[in-house]
Amino acid sequence: MIDNIVDITLLSLLAIHAIAIIRTRSLFAVVMLFSGFSFLSAGLFIVMDAADVAFTEAAVGAGISTILMLATLALTYTPKSEKEETLPIHKPWLPLGVVFITGALLIYGTWDIPAFGDPDAPAQKHVAPYYLEKSLFDTGVPNVVTAVLASYRGFDTLGEVTVIFTAGIAVLLLIGGRRKRKPLTKTTEGSHET
Amino acid sequence: MDLIIGHYNYWLVIIIMMAGFYTVISRGNLIKKIVGLNIFQVSVFILYISIGNVKDGAVPIIEKGVTLYSNPLPHVLILTAIVVGVATTALGLALVIRIKEAYGTIEEDEIHNQDQSL
Amino acid sequence: MKHNLILKVVSKFLIPLIFLFALYVQFHGDFGPGGGFQAGVIFSAAIILYALVFGVDMAKQVITPYILRLLASFGVLIYAGTGVATLLLGGKYLEYGVLGSSQVAGQHLGILVIELGVGITVMAVMLIMFFAFAERGQPEEDDEGNQ
Repeated sequence: MIDNIVDITLLSLLAIHAIAIIRTRSLFAVVMLFSGFSFLSAGLFIVMDAADVAFTEAAVGAGISTILMLATLALTYTPKSEKEETLPIHKPWLPLGVVFITGALLIYGTWDIPAFGDPDAPAQKHVAPYYLEKSLFDTGVPNVVTAVLASYRGFDTLGEVTVIFTAGIAVLLLIGGRRKRKPLTKTTEGSHET
Repeated sequence: MDLIIGHYNYWLVIIIMMAGFYTVISRGNLIKKIVGLNIFQVSVFILYISIGNVKDGAVPIIEKGVTLYSNPLPHVLILTAIVVGVATTALGLALVIRIKEAYGTIEEDEIHNQDQSL
Repeated sequence: MKHNLILKVVSKFLIPLIFLFALYVQFHGDFGPGGGFQAGVIFSAAIILYALVFGVDMAKQVITPYILRLLASFGVLIYAGTGVATLLLGGKYLEYGVLGSSQVAGQHLGILVIELGVGITVMAVMLIMFFAFAERGQPEEDDEGNQ
């Protein structure tokens, strides 16, 4: 019972955060709200028994993502816009309609999902019991998530490391050097060499 | 009533997902679009992890005396997804910086006007 | 600046502890929550904290961008190289059992080595991205050292 109450509270706080991010116009406040959102979701992961995932989400979402967004805010600052988002000129009826239809279809789709926390759900029956029983015997590593990530599905992790290496190279290619002009003048020609 | 207790988790997650989706498609500022994309990603992670949760289960680290564990497979998938998500966000922000240097603004309407008037 | 003093003293005290915690998370990923990704991110967070308090130039002297590029490729090389080593020792690609004297010992060694590779690459790439973002706003100098 107390588990359900903690779940509902955290999820409601997350929903309030998300709606506040939509309505806030100051970009600095949006980035700070996003950092709080990420940290709250890490707490939610802990309540749902996912320790590794909570660790990674707290470190990466509330740490690295926030720092990079703040750096982008500092680099895209112009004195006339004053770090605020301009009000959109179109009426939001079409996006609201699309969002409502998509949400209604998704909720209709979750009608048949087994209840939250059901130990007899089909997701718990196929491969997971094999990993839980055999991982200590096969690999000698008590942490099942590390054993699956590094040994049973090691090839996927190789692909993931390559993806993050490629992202580092791409960021270096895009903004690796220093600027050649003063940062606050408006430049209207096409992209020039760094 | 049983349906509501078993499913409220998924419905709240879908509300958060739609909030992120609305931010992406209706706001013009590029940084806000990237924040909305991240909200969408985090809500998908919460959906996956709550599918793998088992009531009264423990953290999937094998210990003596514990018999019921949570499903470790979604944890593995989401670990990879989080790291790939931060790579995508960093790349998106680098592109926003280059757009700002090329056009002088990060509002989508003004970029569109500048492109149209060429 | 006077109000920077508290930050400098506290961060000089905290940064070695953050490094130690990152090493703990890296090598105890087998027995508790943790592993390569988390350790790499925490390690880079320590150096980002140093850069925020003492300036990006001093942080670049701690670990130069050239070394960072080398480290990023080195981590991927360790990972893929473990697979090639198992190929040369007679097994299939990334079959860790042939690395040690028994199946379990080989698996343990293999998991340790590849988590190390993952941690090194993640740390280097996070720092590369942070230095790239932080340096973009500076106008180009006349006498710069690297490239």
